[in-house]
Amino acid sequence: MSLLEIRALRKGFRSPDGHLLPVVDIPEFSLAAGQAVALAGPSGTGKTTFLNLIAGILTPDSGSIRIDGQEIVGMTEHGRDRLRANAIGYIFQSFNLLQGFTCLENVVLGMSFGAGANPARATDLLRRVGLGDRLHHFPRQLSTGQQQRVAVARAMAGKPRLVLADEPTGNLDPANAREALALIRETCTENGSALLLVSHDRDILGAFDNVPSLADINRAARPQPARA
Amino acid sequence: MTLWLLVRRSLRQHLLSTIVTALSLSLAGGLLMTVWSLKTQARQTFERMDGGWDAVLGARSSKLQLVLNAIFHLEASPGNIRPADLATLAANPAVKAVVPLAMGDNYLGFRIVGTTTNHFTDHEFAEARKFRVREGRVFEDGYREALLGAFAAQKLGLKIGDEFKPYHGLNYASKPSDNVQHEEIYVVVGILDASNTPADRVVWIPVAGIQNMAGHDPATAQDVSAALVKLRDPAAGFRLDQLYNKQGDRLTFAWPIGTVMAQLFDKIGWFDNVLTLVAWLVAVVAAASVLASIYNSMSARRRDLAILRALGARRRIIFTAIIAEATTIAAIGAACGFFVHFALLFGAATLVRTQTGVVIEPFQPGWVWLWAPAALMGLAALAGTVPAFKAYDVDVASSLSPES
Repeated sequence: MSLLEIRALRKGFRSPDGHLLPVVDIPEFSLAAGQAVALAGPSGTGKTTFLNLIAGILTPDSGSIRIDGQEIVGMTEHGRDRLRANAIGYIFQSFNLLQGFTCLENVVLGMSFGAGANPARATDLLRRVGLGDRLHHFPRQLSTGQQQRVAVARAMAGKPRLVLADEPTGNLDPANAREALALIRETCTENGSALLLVSHDRDILGAFDNVPSLADINRAARPQPARA
Repeated sequence: MTLWLLVRRSLRQHLLSTIVTALSLSLAGGLLMTVWSLKTQARQTFERMDGGWDAVLGARSSKLQLVLNAIFHLEASPGNIRPADLATLAANPAVKAVVPLAMGDNYLGFRIVGTTTNHFTDHEFAEARKFRVREGRVFEDGYREALLGAFAAQKLGLKIGDEFKPYHGLNYASKPSDNVQHEEIYVVVGILDASNTPADRVVWIPVAGIQNMAGHDPATAQDVSAALVKLRDPAAGFRLDQLYNKQGDRLTFAWPIGTVMAQLFDKIGWFDNVLTLVAWLVAVVAAASVLASIYNSMSARRRDLAILRALGARRRIIFTAIIAEATTIAAIGAACGFFVHFALLFGAATLVRTQTGVVIEPFQPGWVWLWAPAALMGLAALAGTVPAFKAYDVDVASSLSPES
């Protein structure tokens, strides 16, 4: 059975002149447990919207999203919060670390709302990503690469079944990007987590065997034919 | 633990506004506790402060004036009592003891009161407590000798053997040339131990000393200003009240002293209420500052709140964290408020003691120490609901990264 199943998913936003602009229109998409899939897509193809829909941060206009057999469309906000806390790890393009919290606290918060705070595990994770000596540093005291590693550790802290990665290497130089990707894949494999990564970075996408374009699955991302 | 972590970090992130808001709450809390303690303690203390006497007999006037004059040494004497009236009172079988008081002079602002030695040797000013002479001895009738209350001795700097000349009148004018000094020289023969009563502020001399002071009216030389009365049975006060206040028209019998003082506090109750209202208004304004402080920081917090939500934090956790933050600021403010409270109450207690000799205990625990901080925290929590609802409604997707 698939971990993630999407059917007839649609999401659009109103333009200032009142027209509905479709951003996501995905007839079908699925991801098996433990599978790692990368989607290629340039900016503006609805990558973040797509991932936010899966994470329950956004609600679709129509369609179905099932995670581990559980339908999240129509689920209460509280239910979606719980799902995010228990089953989903989210790595953001801009890391979205909490600037007022130390590295350790950021990672602890990554598990606090689901599995429960476990500072020992958070410390282990940070040691794993090479930040054992930066536990009590604040994000602003770290390099960009180090911040991304904290974000990875935070996403993995709750041992999620599904990891969503939105341009996870977008702010990193090539060397750091490769290192970050390796770290993400390695920890996903260790935890048995499925990985859904979206990026436009060819180097990163090259590390995956089969990389469909987001436009292949998202009809709203395909170029629209010019009007006569 | 997570909630406390969120609160702690948020307070630290907004340290300056946290400190300023907590300080305003500490002033509000301190003021509220001080006003409440002061009015409660002052009422209790003044109502109990009867000097061990049941009643005061004096010239026809208000009972309050008599009590303030004879017990607290504050008001002017309304007139004199003739020796025959004093003798009649003393002969009444219901009366256990009578001590005359004669007033009309001062020494550098401290009231000089003429009385008899049994005031210090026989009388208990409180339960099983008599006046104790710390140094020297009690004056002797018929001699120009003075026994100083502890506070008066300390402020006047007089020692045993020192001499002074009384000034005419109950008050010492700020312009020295306006004061008329008597020629009689008194010598200090004793200093009383502190009794924490108005007696501490008095310079005591023999009653004949006031009566015969040069410049006083010889026609009233045998009169006294008031008489302090101890009854054999306190209920007998009712009969004497009838006798002097209802049937007679020359004298006033102020009984019971505690009730007379209670009437004073009832009369000035509106002032208490105004003070209390002001204190509550300050508390409400301080709570509003919590609201403003957190509400104004909401724009800066939107992203953090959205990140927390993206990590799976429930809305109610975010809501609770904001309320907890407001309550914590109030708790810090209330804790600091105790310092403000003690400082204010200590100042007020010093002032009350200086003016009346009555001691108010600043560190005496009261329920206000519990309910005032709790009320402050409750008000702050209530104020916190406004930004908490705003935090509750933060749109996660739009507050995170821009759409791509």
